[in-house]
Amino acid sequence: MPIEVNGKSFETDEEGYLANLGEWEKDLATAMAAEDGIDLGDDHWEIINFLREYYEEYQIAPAVRVLTKAVGKKLGKDKGNSKYLYELFPYGPGKQACKFAGLPKPTGCV
Amino acid sequence: MAVKEFEKPELQEFTTIPKLVEEATSHLAPFKSKEEFQQSLGYPGELVDNWEDVALDKMGDLLKRYRSLRVYMDSCIQCGACTDKCHYYLGTKDPNNMPVGRQNLMRGVYRKHFTLPGKFFPKLVGAVDLTKEVLDDWYSYYHQCSQCRRCAVFCPIGIDTAEISMAAREIMDSVGVGQKYCNEIIGKVNKIGNNLGLPEPALADTLEGLEEDVLDDTEVDVKFPLDVKDSDVLLVTPSADFFAEPHVDGLMGYAKVFHQAGISWTLSSHASEAANFGMFIGSYDNMRKLALRIREAALELNVKRIVFGECGHAWRVAYSFLNTLAGPFDFLDPRYPVPQHICEVTHDLMNKNVLQFDKSANDDKVLTFHDSCNVARASNMGDIIGGQFTLPRDIIRATTNNFYDMEEETIREKTFCCGGGGGLLTDDLIELRMKGAQPRMEALKRVVEDHGVTHMAAICAICKSQFSKAFQYYGFELDQIISLHHLVGDALIMNKKEL
Repeated sequence: MPIEVNGKSFETDEEGYLANLGEWEKDLATAMAAEDGIDLGDDHWEIINFLREYYEEYQIAPAVRVLTKAVGKKLGKDKGNSKYLYELFPYGPGKQACKFAGLPKPTGCV
Repeated sequence: MAVKEFEKPELQEFTTIPKLVEEATSHLAPFKSKEEFQQSLGYPGELVDNWEDVALDKMGDLLKRYRSLRVYMDSCIQCGACTDKCHYYLGTKDPNNMPVGRQNLMRGVYRKHFTLPGKFFPKLVGAVDLTKEVLDDWYSYYHQCSQCRRCAVFCPIGIDTAEISMAAREIMDSVGVGQKYCNEIIGKVNKIGNNLGLPEPALADTLEGLEEDVLDDTEVDVKFPLDVKDSDVLLVTPSADFFAEPHVDGLMGYAKVFHQAGISWTLSSHASEAANFGMFIGSYDNMRKLALRIREAALELNVKRIVFGECGHAWRVAYSFLNTLAGPFDFLDPRYPVPQHICEVTHDLMNKNVLQFDKSANDDKVLTFHDSCNVARASNMGDIIGGQFTLPRDIIRATTNNFYDMEEETIREKTFCCGGGGGLLTDDLIELRMKGAQPRMEALKRVVEDHGVTHMAAICAICKSQFSKAFQYYGFELDQIISLHHLVGDALIMNKKEL
């Protein structure tokens, strides 16, 4: 099911994850989030940007503890936990934030 | 996300048997596997033209290979003992989710094509042709079985619906109709070594981070070794333990146990996965291929023991099949079981007083324990009858002051599945997962109300992930599901002097 943003069409898989990672752009993330009823603010972008940087280096989304630690270091210890991430991404930081960031969905027993 | 709305079950005081609703969940079917995932496992990429012939040939082959399958097809007396035992039937009300209903989807085809009465008098014996509609029903309902085997406990003949589901999935794969979730994941293990597709550099980075975390928390320099040759123990654990919560707290618990006991251990980047989804799709060949990675890693790293982390079906494959799949393991230390469960390791060290606990560290919690289906009904621990039930409970009692079991009918060999096992832990089946979790949630709600239970411990990666979701859905908190070895890690008295 492709998503249309600014007149451009982005191919996604059955679950709405971007098919070609290279095509990602910010407006696409905003549109995906809007579909899930989320208005992306600076707090969301901090996470999305970190996910993309980590993915670029390691070819996988960061583990939850890697993510919470990075967030804690940057934004303060009170935000370095899953609760904070779930407030931002109610469907789970791993899956929902990855989707907005244009990364593939984490698979397995997670 | 893109999930259709469905009616939310209301939790009852006791699980009741619902009135049947025909085809209540006939609309549920997981995404089909893409061509590339199918082919990488040795299956056709899409439905083959002569699929009926191929499917019946495969079924004939399986009936010959697995005597059990033929016995299960022949011996059901339709007595009804299983009808109200499946969590998916209890949660969905769909009669095809009664174990006998699920079995009959295959039994009809079996009678038509593999028995004389079915050939000559099909209507009299409920024999049916394998049509496209029947294949679609198979795809839907054999992916509404978590292969938990609860029904088999109550069947007077011992018919195991899990094996029938496995056979059905194998037949469907052979004609090119596979499930995306399982088959994509098996492909990732073959390529990268684990279900997540977590490459070695990311794994190394993650483990390094965990070392820092434990050091910060405990002031003890606990290591998380990766690919260290000549270690005593190779730990094979679900990759969710590296990646997700509450799993990772369990991994930290295992590391503390090894550290405190002075056991040298290592993880392997080649065998960085305990799970074996080859079992879920009923494929001996794929199961064997995955299991061989563990053998290869054990040989390469020259270890003396293989220990499995908290993963339910991995322990079934390990306990029941590893020796025949990937053995012989005559190069390992014969003084230890091959393989060994982390609970056996901890329990043994506990009994020898190598590990000491400060139970008060867990005084903020009142515990209950969820028996994972594959551990409960397809394995053992400690080489004592019922050890798979007593060892984890002994560990909980040794590490906490407050523990209450859930209702007898819902624990031990009668435990209810979490609702996400058997290759169904995927978002496209979220309706099934939430409905299937209902019986477990009802039993949990009772101990929460009666005894003030705050946390449920589990020893399976799938259970932990499934409950993280189901708890939120049914009004519990996300962090009320925890790893058993989280309790161990928190209560373990650590020796700080070597820092």
